[in-house]
Amino acid sequence: MIVPFSHVLLLAGILFALGMTCALARRNLIMIVLGIEIALNAASIVFVGSALHWKSIEGQAMVLFILAVAATEVSVGLAVIVYAFRRSGSFDPNAYNLLR
Amino acid sequence: MTLQGFLFYLISAVIVASTGIAVTRRNLVHAVIYLILSFLGTALLFYLLGAPLLAALEVIVYAGAIMVLFLFVVIMIKEESRKEVMASAGQWFPAAVIAGVYVLVTFLMVMSAPGADAPLAMLWASPRDFALYVFQHHWFLIEVVSLLLLIALMGALRLGKGRATENIGGEA
Repeated sequence: MIVPFSHVLLLAGILFALGMTCALARRNLIMIVLGIEIALNAASIVFVGSALHWKSIEGQAMVLFILAVAATEVSVGLAVIVYAFRRSGSFDPNAYNLLR
Repeated sequence: MTLQGFLFYLISAVIVASTGIAVTRRNLVHAVIYLILSFLGTALLFYLLGAPLLAALEVIVYAGAIMVLFLFVVIMIKEESRKEVMASAGQWFPAAVIAGVYVLVTFLMVMSAPGADAPLAMLWASPRDFALYVFQHHWFLIEVVSLLLLIALMGALRLGKGRATENIGGEA
């Protein structure tokens, strides 16, 4: 017997909030993508916890797809960030004003 | 409190602390390395919650591949361009309030949910059972994911070629 399901949800909620704060408050594109990664990780903790709670392996299967989406998002996202850095020389989203 | 319960709270504390340190670092290398600690903790948590294959994948994909990719990008860029102008307090405050309200609402909802106090039973999904389930019920999604990864690879290659592709993009 381990902890109640609510504590797993609470941990994931705190992690998601941390990731959301990181994505909202930081001014560096790499940190924004990192924040999204933290939020995705929190979501997978919820899925694994629910798989245990409802005794169904379905939740664990879903984490596999979250993992794949996270890997895809990060590879394309970082490629776009490096491309934008080459064009503008900055990671600050405020510097991307080519259309101004 | 059982040993598993104690381990859960210990790992949770480490995860929250290392993630909290990571999101507040100015130095990106430090942030990425603290996040690797956080993801290793998450892998331990998955193992504790009865998902050994996912724990291994978490270490390999998240802590291994994704964070090393971040580390490569951070190391590739110039030293002086790593400096980050932090947002002013006026911009920080709304984000902190939103996140705080979210945590508070989550806390209240979770604590008031029916049956929230019943402890979870220890279960164990062996890698064999897990793989059989996935490939029996979600084989089509596996194919979709492989296609997604292939397209991501092509997109990253196309974007990563840089200067040479700018002209091609302009002509096309």
